This record gives sequence, C-alpha cells and structure tokens, in this order.
Amino acid sequence: MEQYKGVLILGEIADGKLAPITSELLGIGKKLADELAEDLSVLLMGGKAGGLAKEAIAYGADKVYIAEDSLFDEYNSDAYTQLVANLCQKVLPSILLIGHTDIGCDLAPRLNGRLGGGLAMDVNELSIDHTTKLLVSTRPIFGGNAYARVISKTARPQMATVRSKVFPPAERDESKQGQVIPVEEKVDPSAIKVRVIERIREEVEGVKLEEAEVVVSGGHGIGSAKNFEMLWELARLLGGTVGATRRSCDEGWIPVTRQIGQSGKVVSPKLYFAVALSGAMSHIVGCLGSKYIVAINKDPEANIFNIAHFGIVADYKEVLPALTAKFKELLSAK
Amino acid sequence: MNIIVCVKQVPDPEIPPAKFKIDTETKKVIPPPGVPPVISVYDERAVEAACRLKDKHKGKITVISIGSEKAIEVVRHAISMGADEGFVLQDEPFENLDSFGTAYVLGKAIQKIGNYDLILCGRQAADWGAGQVGSILAEILGLPLVTFAFDIQLEDKRFKVKRILKDGYEVVEVPMPALMTVSSEIGLPRLPAGMGLMLARRKQIPIWKAKDIGADPTQLDKTKAHTEITEIFIPKRETHCELITGATPADAAANLALKLIKLI
Ligand SMILES: Cc1cc2nc3c(=O)[nH]c(=O)nc-3n(C[C@H](O)[C@H](O)[C@H](O)COP(=O)(O)OP(=O)(O)OC[C@H]3O[C@@H](n4cnc5c(N)ncnc54)[C@H](O)[C@@H]3O)c2cc1C
Ligand SMILES: Nc1ncnc2c1ncn2[C@@H]1O[C@H](COP(=O)(O)O)[C@@H](O)[C@H]1O
Repeated sequence: MEQYKGVLILGEIADGKLAPITSELLGIGKKLADELAEDLSVLLMGGKAGGLAKEAIAYGADKVYIAEDSLFDEYNSDAYTQLVANLCQKVLPSILLIGHTDIGCDLAPRLNGRLGGGLAMDVNELSIDHTTKLLVSTRPIFGGNAYARVISKTARPQMATVRSKVFPPAERDESKQGQVIPVEEKVDPSAIKVRVIERIREEVEGVKLEEAEVVVSGGHGIGSAKNFEMLWELARLLGGTVGATRRSCDEGWIPVTRQIGQSGKVVSPKLYFAVALSGAMSHIVGCLGSKYIVAINKDPEANIFNIAHFGIVADYKEVLPALTAKFKELLSAK
Repeated sequence: MNIIVCVKQVPDPEIPPAKFKIDTETKKVIPPPGVPPVISVYDERAVEAACRLKDKHKGKITVISIGSEKAIEVVRHAISMGADEGFVLQDEPFENLDSFGTAYVLGKAIQKIGNYDLILCGRQAADWGAGQVGSILAEILGLPLVTFAFDIQLEDKRFKVKRILKDGYEVVEVPMPALMTVSSEIGLPRLPAGMGLMLARRKQIPIWKAKDIGADPTQLDKTKAHTEITEIFIPKRETHCELITGATPADAAANLALKLIKLI
C-alpha cells in the first residue's frame, strides 16, 4: 500500500479549454496533496490536450500526464477505462478524483471495478484523517435524507466523484513550475466493444437551468403538461426558467433534462419556487444552494415547508396567476 | 432472449423526511414502523425494461436479489410484472456487503444461472445508493457495459441503446451479451395485474446460500472490504418558513410578490 502516493485528477476538456470541474478538482486536490505532503497530478486526454498542460500547472498541478490522441476527443467508456486504468497501474496514485459529470458517472465505478479501489460517488466533503492519513469522503445516502462518511482502509486508489460547484476553483499561479509527461500507451482497439453512434444535445429554451437566477419548479401536483405553462409565464417574466421533480418528468409533462435533484441537475438560483411538490430530499439536494426557496403547496404538512424561507398554503392554481400579475405590475412600475 | 435482472429490497424511500430516522451508533437506518419495504425504484424500471424486451422478442426473465428472506417479496413483485423466475441470495456472509462483495455474490449467482444475453441492474440503489454495483459486476463478468440506459432495442444480435446524459442522450451499439444499468427515464413501470399476480403468488422462490453458488468466503471477508462507513448523520437545517397569508390565495400571492420584489 505504501507504494501508492499522490493525488491524481482526471481532467476534462470542454470547448478546447480545461472544464471548470477540472480547476475545482485541482483546488481540492491541492489541499489534500499538501496535507499528505505528496504530489498533485492531472491526466488530460484528447487531440489538443498538450496545449492545456501549462494551464493545468498554473492551477496547481505538479505533473501533467498527456494522452494526446484525438481518439479521446469524444468520450468512449471502453477507451477511457483502459487508458486511465493503465496509467493508474503505472503511476499508483493514492487518491483519484473524478468529476461527477456524464463522463465521471460512467467512468468512475467501472474504473473502480477494474482497479479494485474504494469509491465514493457524489461527495460533498473531502478531508484527510490526521491520524490514519486516509481520505474521508462524505456522500448522500437514502436520497439525501442522511450522509455517510466513507473510507478505504486498504483498497487503492481511494476514489471520489465530485459535482461541479461543490468546491471553489483553484487559484492561478502563472509562475508555478511543473512536469509534463506524455502517455505513450495506445488503446487496444479490440477492447472497444461499445460504439457511440450519435450524441443528441437538447436545445434549451431560454436560460440554462444551472445559470438561472430564478427557477420555477413544478411537482406532481401541477397535474398536466398544459398547466406547466403557468410556471413558464412566471419564469419568463422574471428572466428565469422552469424545473421539475422526477414525478413530473415521469408523467412526461416536461423533458427529463429539466429534472432537479440527486439524479438530475443541481441549481443555485437567487429564487427557487417549489410549486406543488412535496419536498422529497432527493429533489431538495438539487436546490439547497438557492438563496431563497418559496413553497406553494396545498398541504401545510408537506416537507417543503421545512426547507422553504417563504410559503403559501393554497392551491397553486389560485396563487400563480395572481403572483405573476402582481410581479408584472411591480416590475412595470420600477 | 434470456435476461437476468438484479433487484434490491429497500426501505420505502417515499416516506416523509420527518419520519426518516437513523441510529448513529450502529450506523443503520431505523425503518419506520408499519411501512413495508419496496423494490428499489431503478430496479423496478430495470424489470420494466426486461419486460418490454420480452414483449417484443420473447424469452425468459430471471430476477435475483441479495437480502433477507423478506426479499422474496421483491422477487414476487418482479414476477407479477412479467418475470419468469427468481432467486433470493440469503446467508450470513451476504449481510452488510460493500459494492465489491455485492457484485461478487451477484456474479456467482449469474454464473450459476448461466446462459444469458443481457444483465440489467438499476443505476443506483435507493437506500445506500453507492451507484456502482452494476459497473463492478460488468468488470467481474468481463461484459460490455452501458450505463444509464433508457431505451433498449435489439437489432441483428446487437443492442442499440439510448443512454441519458445531463443535456440530452447518446445512442450506442453493443454486442450480446452485455450488462446495462437502467435509469428512470425509461418511464413508469407497468402495474402488476391478473395472470402475473397469480403466477407470482404460486411461484416457488428458492433461497441460495454461499455454498449453493460456490462463493469463496475469503472474498466476503468484511475486514477486507473496499469501503467502510465510519459515520452516518442527518445534517441540521434551521430554516424558518415565513407563511404569507391574505384574505384569499390571490391576496396572499400579491403579498408574496411584494416581499420577493425587494429581494431580487
Ligand atoms: C434514488 C432516488 C433518486 C431520486 N432522484 C430524484 C431527483 O433527482 N429529483 C426528484 O425530483 N426526485 C427524485 N426522486 C424521487 C423523489 O423521492 C420523489 O418521489 C419526488 O421528488 C416527488 O415528486 P413530487 O414532489 O412532484 O410529488 P409528490 O411527492 O407526490 O408531491 C406532490 C405535492 O403536490 C401537492 N399538491 C397537489 N396538488 C396541488 C395543488 N393543486 N396545489 C398545490 N399543491 C398541490 C401535494 O400536497 C404534494 O405535496 C428520487 C428517488 C430516489 C429513490
Ligand atoms: N442486494 C442486492 N441485490 C440485488 N441487486 C443489487 C443489490 N444491491 C445492488 N444491486 C444492484 O446494483 C444496482 C446498483 O446498486 P448500488 O451500486 O448499491 O447503488 C441496484 O440498482 C441493483 O440492480
């Protein structure tokens, strides 16, 4: 076990730049590496990875592994698993941090299976235990109703996936020096069993959920796809957008890409309207970062009233039109 | 087509959060009295995915579950939806396994069943929700893996699968046999009805022990677990909800707008 040393970050590249999650992982990774007095490294994969090495060093990496091959420009589970597993078996990192992204959610558990490590998914806290020097990961259990602290006593690497915006990005230091190491190994094409045929990105109407300042979310109590129009009216007026619970998505009232919560998106607007939704923790973990949560629900016992800052106990159909009308009046007077 | 689905029994995740209690000493969840455990949400959708394939292509669906003897209930539920048979894996060494232990036991049972074209898991269990058993199992069995599947079609002995992404989806092709983890976007599961319910009630559901599947006890040694939970807790939240009222709901809404306009 002693031969496992250092913190390795799986870097992600988006639009030719380091993805925000990568600088965030470098930030927390640096903290952990410093506490262990070990190195921080990052792996960058893709046809243009080499050009980003300097950037990664400025964000704190001591070593940058570069797998410069356009094969990695698009994510393929088989190719990535093979390359990252091979590198880990050579470099023997003690800690491996991966984004809780489309890539990470697929790659991390599989890589763990191949390497025989110890993985905690979707962590919101990471620290080093002072006496044992083990990584302590905190992650939601029971849909966010509780949290667990997880360690790996002997399995290596100690792995975790982290959602974006959980940790602040690393600070830049242009003068920082680091080492760039090419990864020479090639992926064995016969190990690629899964072929990606196409990737469809859904066009979003208006503001992106993750960037919206106002989100109006509707739950199962909304009752129909048509009724969601009431939520859209309020959202558009306030320059925001519409979200949903899983039950609303299950009903097909709204696209699944608008689901908020543990298995959907995490949003942090100034204002979050929770309309006709009960406030299950697996939904709430997706909006806890909101500045103000406003609940509209006809059931005074609904859990959402334990979470919200403001609330109205009533049928939303009698509340929303009046709310939108009043906002319209107030905004035009402004 | 022969499909094996891994299903887990979990405490009902839809109880109100106020009723959710934990024992920090034993690091266990205290199931609310009188609320029966259920089939884990995504596993039920995995059964649905299997049934849809069977509707179209015929074949046999086998479900397996590691758990207590009560897990027979979730196997029966799957049979009532359309599965053909099932086994419960219950034994002392199978208790409190980590993800690797769970995948190991499932793998052994799957090898015993043999002759499969597709293995389905949920993307994440609704209780401890490690989100990795399916992927580890694929590695153990050396099978191609597709995660977060929500549409599975069979075309010329290959699967064409849609998998959900944060802002869309991806279409991938894999050879048979393969393992997939199923996501909720596949849609609502069917309700058990008539024939299925009757078959489920009558079906014998064998219980397999470690020796029945040839599980090596050293693989299940808890001191060698890959991960260990050292603490569980419920975070304290102290928000006070200010209820806005008015003569009518519309008045309350107007009052709310007056409050919020100052904050944005
Ligand atoms: C592993 C796992 C992951 C999950 N991930 C997610 C996730 O990412 N996101 C998510 O949202 N859920 C998720 N869920 C599901 C979650 O547990 C709940 O089932 C879901 O959030 C409930 O949706 P809801 O509040 O819309 O419906 P319900 O719980 O049915 O609530 C409907 C509410 O509407 C109110 N209502 C009804 N009619 C009206 C009316 N006319 N006016 C006002 N109020 C009205 C009712 O009082 C009730 O409170 C997950 C569950 C599990 C087990
Ligand atoms: N005890 C179990 N019995 C059967 N299948 C299980 C069990 N635990 C996990 N699984 C399967 O693995 C999936 C992922 O579980 P997890 O990695 O624990 O979140 C579940 O959705 C099930 O399909």
